Amino acid sequence: MIKIFQQIVEGLSYVFIQRAIVAGSFMALGCAFLGVFLVLRRFSLIGDGLAHVSFATVAIALLLNAHPMIISLILVGLVSLLILKLNEKAKVYGDTVIGLISSLGIAIGVIIASSFGGFNIDLFSYLFGNILLVSRLEVIITIFISLLVILIVVLFYHDLFAITFDEDYARVSGIKVGMVNKILILLTSLIVVLGIKIVGTMLVSSMIILPAISALQIMPSFRGTILIAGLLGVISVVIGILLSYILNFPSGATIVLINFFIFIILFLFGRLNIIKIKSL
Amino acid sequence: MSVKLIEVRDLSVYYQGFKAISQVSFDVEKGDYIGIVGPNGSGKTTLIKAILGLVPFEGSIKFGGLSLREFTLKHHIGYLPQRLSFIDSKFPALAKEIIVSGVYCCKSFPKRISGQDYRLAEEIIDILGIRSISDKPIGVLSGGQQQRVLLARALVHHPEILILDEPTVALDPKIREVFYSTINKINKEKSVTVILVSHDIASIGNYTSKLLYLDRKLIFYGTFEEFCKSTEMGDYFGNSQHFICHRHQ
Repeated sequence: MIKIFQQIVEGLSYVFIQRAIVAGSFMALGCAFLGVFLVLRRFSLIGDGLAHVSFATVAIALLLNAHPMIISLILVGLVSLLILKLNEKAKVYGDTVIGLISSLGIAIGVIIASSFGGFNIDLFSYLFGNILLVSRLEVIITIFISLLVILIVVLFYHDLFAITFDEDYARVSGIKVGMVNKILILLTSLIVVLGIKIVGTMLVSSMIILPAISALQIMPSFRGTILIAGLLGVISVVIGILLSYILNFPSGATIVLINFFIFIILFLFGRLNIIKIKSL
Repeated sequence: MSVKLIEVRDLSVYYQGFKAISQVSFDVEKGDYIGIVGPNGSGKTTLIKAILGLVPFEGSIKFGGLSLREFTLKHHIGYLPQRLSFIDSKFPALAKEIIVSGVYCCKSFPKRISGQDYRLAEEIIDILGIRSISDKPIGVLSGGQQQRVLLARALVHHPEILILDEPTVALDPKIREVFYSTINKINKEKSVTVILVSHDIASIGNYTSKLLYLDRKLIFYGTFEEFCKSTEMGDYFGNSQHFICHRHQ
């Protein structure tokens, strides 16, 4: 026990661990603020779809020798709007559109990687990310984008709440549903691109979904669910990074496993009515 | 002198290539209590959605002389939609949170809920007698309780027009009568114009001042008494059927 404590203290003394915890925590907060809306609107797989698209956009960026994050921000943003448009206008179900775009993203990424080669190692490092390698600049960008996401969600909180509960009523109330939907999906693409460096394209959607569904097990109020999801996300990042340091596990995957572990506990407690927070 | 609140002219709505309603025209006057009735699939909900601007349509709908695009005063309208008994049982919102969301229509960006808004919510909670459920999650309430919460949401901002789409589907007969009485009281005492969709002529005929019978097109529009004597309805039902009208006093 003392040894584990010593390892934790030792880990926390490293700058790369400190950076990982700060960047990961801010990202977890951003994910949680969006995750609750996405999960309740049956849009939770959009993070997964956009993450798969980001695999292709990273491949394109590496092919063009450009910065993967900048290229991904632009392209993933555009694709997210395309998903929204197809979902609204085409006679295709939302999850089908996401599945379609998702497999297209992977296919394009694989074709670029196998046809042009030379950067396969770089590309595949984006599949699972590495939070321990985030630079000081990337930490600053992560903090800035996460705070931006949180600020916009706070400003549009009531509009997002109304649309999530009853879209028709929101329209009757004069809420610009189309514009708010675009904002939500663009913010999701921002956070997904941010997440590919931290947990990788394969795991980023879990940071959006898991804290949200964990909080839903125990919270009866909407605002409380968002706050608890944020807290659970941060706890998962901190424990995940320290555990991965102690056990020499990959950090991204460990964060996801901790998130899943928390979900299982809260699911069981929720079922047994052991924890039921009244409201926040 | 009567004041025209809503004017509907030659309204047609297409739904997935089919004409859901065709060439419907009628006026709603201030203080009216209109029951929209008709068989299943007759276009009642479509008509309501067109009036609310939720579906594209041909023809014209005017609120106080203004087209839907020009009519920006959404806070004049309270709306209780159909089928919200399908509320996700895990939806994380207390009944009170849903009720207070009714004031969003009166707020500009960024929307903020004030103490006054919560007082309005408390007031309507007491009027509808739902204090015991106001702090419960919406998902755990029964269909009837959810319906009353949604009615409170529609009324919290004191609308001038109340539009209700099949509001009593999830209610048992006793609660249904209480529900209709409440709406009647709001119509009479607060001069709120009510448009209520139902397939249950027998119940709403007791309360409404006018009936609009729809079967993809307008079959009849007038008072309950006129409805009972109308040749249009006689022709519509045919000689093989007849209906008996009576009203409880």
